[in-house]
Amino acid sequence: MKIGVLVFPGSNCDHDCQHVFEQVLAQTVTMIWHKETTVSGLDAIIIPGGFSYGDYLRTGAIARFSPVMHAVKEFAQNGGLVMGICNGFQILLEAGLLPGAMLRNRSLHFVCKDVHVRVENAATPFTGGCRPGQVLKIPIAHADGNYYTDPVTLAGLQANAQVVFRYCTPEGKVTVEANPNGSLDNIAGIRNAEGNVLGMMPHPERSAEELLGNVDGRLILMSLVESLKQNRLKMVGSG
Amino acid sequence: MKAKIHVTLKQGILDPQGKAIEHALDSLGFKNAVNVRVGKYMELEVKETDKAKAEAQVKSMCEKLLANTIIEEYRYELQ
Repeated sequence: MKIGVLVFPGSNCDHDCQHVFEQVLAQTVTMIWHKETTVSGLDAIIIPGGFSYGDYLRTGAIARFSPVMHAVKEFAQNGGLVMGICNGFQILLEAGLLPGAMLRNRSLHFVCKDVHVRVENAATPFTGGCRPGQVLKIPIAHADGNYYTDPVTLAGLQANAQVVFRYCTPEGKVTVEANPNGSLDNIAGIRNAEGNVLGMMPHPERSAEELLGNVDGRLILMSLVESLKQNRLKMVGSG
Repeated sequence: MKAKIHVTLKQGILDPQGKAIEHALDSLGFKNAVNVRVGKYMELEVKETDKAKAEAQVKSMCEKLLANTIIEEYRYELQ
């Protein structure tokens, strides 16, 4: 599969994503500079973590106006799989590809540590390899991960199973103490209504290799690759 | 025309920075300082002499970029 990884000025997890997709999952990766206006020939797009445009104004606020984002929007509208990790999630929110916004962490601290998230929806292209309710240990590293949206939108997210990951204890209990940033409803990751766009604060690409002592994140990236393969098979099958 | 723009978190949305500053003021002895809210202040010049046109542009800038209206509100003065 051909995976596109966006690169903004200030992206810093772009090479980690490239490394994992190429070296761990044996896929083809194209790095896409933010000035590009087309994204043809890709099976999926990853918006990596980092500090695009120095987080000026608000996280993700400037990056959403990069030329490449028009193409990403179009790609998503045509059903292409788009996954935003950390700053990528923030960009997707600012771009309106996912609902809501990020506030400063409740603690005001930049939090960089392993957290546990529970898979709330295992029937997405990004979590197909996970068991429903499975607890994954994945690191976070952010100062603005305090997810916020209005009550009506939140109710919609919950009703449509758009909440994909929630912060939890190692045993899988969703508690206030397990919430590292004050995020509404312990939300760590959401998908759009159509199901092809995912945003998540934890970094699966940082927990995808045995050498690093944690492979829980690999499940997510592998699920993405597997769902792309299934889609291709279906397309071939239908002629 | 010159625009002076203030962007703040909407009322009711937790402002952790404001809270931290409030606690610091409290520990400095400013016990009467409550409800601290932190925001952004921006200045810009609009190359436009017609006030109504300038205002329409500034409003659009706020809606599209300068504020995230999900969590923030804005106000501006034009001179």
